Amino acid sequence: MRVQAGLRKERLDRGIKARTDDIFAIGSPREIMYLTMPRVVVIAALFTFPLLKDFTGMYWQNVMMITATIALLALSWDMLHSVGLVSLGQALFFGVGAYTTGYLNYHLGISPYISIPMATVVGAFICTAILFPVLRLRGIYFGLITFALPLLMMRVIEATKILGGTEGMSGLTPLPGITIKLYVIIAVALVCVFGFQRLFDTDYGLVLKAIRDNDRTVIAAGFDVQWYKAQALFIAALPATFAGAFLSHHYQFVGMPAFAMDYSILPLASVIIGGPGSFVGAMLGAFILVPLSEFLRAFGTLRIVIYSLMMLIFVVGVPEGIFHYLKRKYHQFERVVSIEEVEKK
Amino acid sequence: MSKEIILEVKDLSKNFGGVKAVNQVSFQLERGGAIGIIGPNGSGKSTLINLITGFVKLSSGQVHYRGKNITGLAPHKIVNLGVARSFQMAKPYYHMSVFKNLIIPLFSPRVRKLAGGKYGDRDEAAIHLLEDVGFERDSNVPYKAAGSLPHGYVKRLELARCLALEPDLIILDELFSGMSMSEVASILPFLESLREEGKTLIMVEHRLRELFRVVDKAIVLNFGHKIAEGSPEEVMNNEEVRKAYLGSEVDSGA
Repeated sequence: MRVQAGLRKERLDRGIKARTDDIFAIGSPREIMYLTMPRVVVIAALFTFPLLKDFTGMYWQNVMMITATIALLALSWDMLHSVGLVSLGQALFFGVGAYTTGYLNYHLGISPYISIPMATVVGAFICTAILFPVLRLRGIYFGLITFALPLLMMRVIEATKILGGTEGMSGLTPLPGITIKLYVIIAVALVCVFGFQRLFDTDYGLVLKAIRDNDRTVIAAGFDVQWYKAQALFIAALPATFAGAFLSHHYQFVGMPAFAMDYSILPLASVIIGGPGSFVGAMLGAFILVPLSEFLRAFGTLRIVIYSLMMLIFVVGVPEGIFHYLKRKYHQFERVVSIEEVEKK
Repeated sequence: MSKEIILEVKDLSKNFGGVKAVNQVSFQLERGGAIGIIGPNGSGKSTLINLITGFVKLSSGQVHYRGKNITGLAPHKIVNLGVARSFQMAKPYYHMSVFKNLIIPLFSPRVRKLAGGKYGDRDEAAIHLLEDVGFERDSNVPYKAAGSLPHGYVKRLELARCLALEPDLIILDELFSGMSMSEVASILPFLESLREEGKTLIMVEHRLRELFRVVDKAIVLNFGHKIAEGSPEEVMNNEEVRKAYLGSEVDSGA
C-alpha cells in the first residue's frame, strides 16, 4: 500500500541558457529577451544612476563611487579565489595602486590620464612581485600573509617617512566631474565582470579553475602552476590597483588610509554575500553592502549592530550567495511534489 | 635488435629524516616494455614514482629518460617530455564536467606542441578518450560534474587524463585499487592494447594476478630496497619476496 510520506520541492530547469556547454541556444525573440533582459536592465540602471545627480544629491553619487570601488576590489578577490588563493588583504593592491599614482602625479607631475593606467599596470606588477614568493602557500596560509602585508606597508611608510609619511600626498590633479568619473569606474567594473567570465570560459581559464580544485593534477598535465598562479594574481590585481589609483585622484589625496582594513574586509564580505565564483555576485554584494551601511547611518550607534545582523541573516539564510540564489530562481521552476512510500508492515 | 632504453633509474634514494623510503634502487626499462612495481604497504613504491616524475625531490641517484638526464627537473617539465602519471588518490576537478577534466591535459604545452588544435577539437578529443577508457557512448556521463562520478569511473578518468598527454611512458600508481573485479576485467584489455600500440608502462599494483596480465617484468620493493627483479614467475618464486609478503616463518612463530 502506498502512503503519502511528505512533501518535497522539485526543481526543473527552464532549459533556456545562453550556453549549454559551449552551444549557443537562442531561438525565439522571447528567449533572447529572457536571456538578455537581466543584463540589459542592470547595465541600464548602472548607467542611468549618474544622470540622476539632481534627484539623488551629491552624497549618494559619492556613495556610488565608493560602492564601485569596493566592487572592483571584490572582483579582484573573486578572481584570486577562482585559482584557490584566499586574500585577506585586498588593501595591499588598493594601497599600492594609490601610492603608485600618487608618486607619479605628485612627484613626477604626470597627468592622471597617464598615471592611473600606469599605476594600474605597474602596481599590479609590484603586487605580483611582492606575493610571488608566497604563491606556493594555499588557503589560510596565503590569506594570513596578505593580511599582514598592508599593515606592514602602512607602518613602513609611517616609520621611514617615505612617500609623504603620515602626511601623505595631497593636491593630486583632480579628475573632471562626478558623472564622468562614475561612468568610467562603472564601465571598468563591467568590463572586468564580463572579461573575467569570458576568461574562465577559455581553455586557459579552465586551467586556472583546475588549480583551485587540485594543483597536483595540473602539474601532472604539464603546467607550471606557479607561473599560472602569478599570471592570475597579476590579472586579479589589475582592477584593485585601478580602484586605488582612481579613488586617489577622486579624493586628490593619497595617504596611509589607502592600506586600511576596510579595503580588505568589505570586498571579502561582498563576495561572500553576493556569491563567489560568478563575478556578478561579487559586484552585487558590494552594491548591497556599501549602500546599506550608508542607509543605516540614520540609526546612529545601532548602525553596526543592524549591519552585522543583516550580514548574519544573508550568510545564514542564503549561504550560496544572493546572486546564485536569484539565478536559480530565475532559471528554474519549483513545484511541490508529494513523496509516496510503500508502507512497511 | 636491441630496443631503446626509455627509462634508466640509477641508485635512486630518498630519505625522509632518518627513514630511507627508497634506498639505492636501480632499474632499466625498454621502449614498449612494461614493468610492475610491487611490494608490501609502505615499501616505497609510490615514493619511487614520485622521485622519477619529480614530484618529490630525490636525495641521491639519477634518472635518465630517453638518454636525457632528468634528475631534479621540475615535474611539469618531465610531463612535457612525455612521462604521464596517475595518482593513487585520484582527485578529479570536482566542479567541472567529466570531459572538461580532460581539456586541461589536452591543452598542455606538450599536446599543443605535438598537435595544436582549437577549442572545439579538444572537446572532440576528450569525448573520444572517454570512450576509449570505457565511458558509455552516447550517455550523459561525460557532461556530469566529475565530483558525482563513482570511484571506478574516477580511476578511468585518471587513466584518460594520462593518455590525453600522448605520453611515451605511462606510470600508473595503483590504478586498480578501489575498482571492482568486473571494472578491472573491463579495463585490462585496454591496457594490453596500449602495449600493442607500443606505449611503455610502469604500474604500481597490489592486485598481482591482474597486473601480470599486462606486464612481463616486475620489481619488488621492501623497506625501500629492491629485493627482486624478473619475470612474474621468477619474482613470485623468490624466497625473499615470499618472506616480505607473508612474513618469515621464524618471525610468525608458533
